[in-house]
Amino acid sequence: MEIPKSFLGYKRENGRAGTRNHVIILPVDDISNACAEAVANNIKGTIALPHSYGRLQFGADLDLHFKTMIGTGSNPNVAAVIVIGIEPKWTKKIVDGIAKTGKPVEGFHIERTGDIGTVMKASKKAQEFSQWASEKQREECPMSDLWISVKCGESDTTSGLASNPTVGNLMEKLEPLGVHLCFGETSELTGAENVCAARGATKEASEKFMKTWNEYNDFILKEATNDLSESQPTAGNIAGGLTTIEEKAFGNFQKIGNLKFIDVLEPAEEPAKGAGLYFMDTSSAAAECITLQAAGGFNIHLFPTGQGNIVGNPIEPVVKLTANPLTAKSMSEHVDCDVSKILSREMNLSEAGDKLIETTLRVANGRLTCAEALGHKEFVMTKLYRSA
Amino acid sequence: MATDIIIHDKKDNVGVVVIEKITPKQDCKCWIMENDSSASIQSIDEIPLGHKIAMVDLKEGDTILKYGHDIGKVVKAIKKGEHVHVHNVKTKKW
Repeated sequence: MEIPKSFLGYKRENGRAGTRNHVIILPVDDISNACAEAVANNIKGTIALPHSYGRLQFGADLDLHFKTMIGTGSNPNVAAVIVIGIEPKWTKKIVDGIAKTGKPVEGFHIERTGDIGTVMKASKKAQEFSQWASEKQREECPMSDLWISVKCGESDTTSGLASNPTVGNLMEKLEPLGVHLCFGETSELTGAENVCAARGATKEASEKFMKTWNEYNDFILKEATNDLSESQPTAGNIAGGLTTIEEKAFGNFQKIGNLKFIDVLEPAEEPAKGAGLYFMDTSSAAAECITLQAAGGFNIHLFPTGQGNIVGNPIEPVVKLTANPLTAKSMSEHVDCDVSKILSREMNLSEAGDKLIETTLRVANGRLTCAEALGHKEFVMTKLYRSA
Repeated sequence: MATDIIIHDKKDNVGVVVIEKITPKQDCKCWIMENDSSASIQSIDEIPLGHKIAMVDLKEGDTILKYGHDIGKVVKAIKKGEHVHVHNVKTKKW
């Protein structure tokens, strides 16, 4: 298949391009959710991103909170942002961070005004943003404007056999076109950590990966009461035939094909070394991982599943693929790309990779994913430790 | 060409069932992805889609190889053709 050279995206003020054109209402903290949701309910064409945190956090955990908030607002799939927080200072910090992209952003704080007054003021601005964004048109963008993140979930042995290698095949074909790529899931590389580290493009990248994995593993060994066999692999993984974390890890690792990663990103960190593959230190829980990757600036997500994970994200479209014929049949409303014919050898890996590229481009051009059509918008902040 | 079992790497001592299930004493066709070769095996257990079958006799303490890599240790002897899963294999981590 000849790979298309372009897709239709929304060009943004900072030179990036989006596959979506969202106007988001972003609460700074848990207690501002009600206000943000009221504004999104008032003004059509906007979406609220409620979450559970943002109060009394400190240190690295607070830094990650800000990085995730600012990164989410800065993502090129977002046209404009309303930020609502209880207090002015943190609200302003997030507004200022997002404003660096040049996109419209305005902050509102609830103290001394109350929910009702804030909803009124913020709604007026949100209406302005929504109508402004609605006039944006898709334009031809080079493939290098695609920033693709990947994560697998509810994996089984069909993931490692077929759907993850299909993503790897896509990566091998799109990397030469200057696409940014990102994989994560620190915990689910356990057992394959040395093989993964050897895929660093430089000695620094390899060492940074091992340092990240070791820190994670030390944390697990410290917190684990018995072993992780109850959580890794999950009951779903085991039902699907996966026996050990090592088996799951080698299956997971198939997603990067034969590529090397150029750098290791902190959670929600934006890549800064140009096009190519990055590893991001993330949880392996689907919604947490995708939320961090979206905050890192990735604008389309590929999600291979075995037993049928159904996750979505409010700003980054999540394309599902499966190679499990039972999942493709019994959960077809969740599957954007069915590659189960690989198992019956009616389709080879390269054909599956082409099919996934085609699906990915249709979604990049505007086709709603299954998760979007079904209303999945799981926005889950990663919390590093308890608040003060 | 349809297959009942797929084996990732020629070094692997387990294969993955890729049809809805295999039944006891079924003569199964196997495809080894790495070198595109074929093999055959007779099953002992019923094994569902996605689950593993032992391609050789394995004794306690042996290493299970899949993708050509170590994915865990045998904790209960396994005969060629038997189901390989959490009842007879454990992680070497944790």
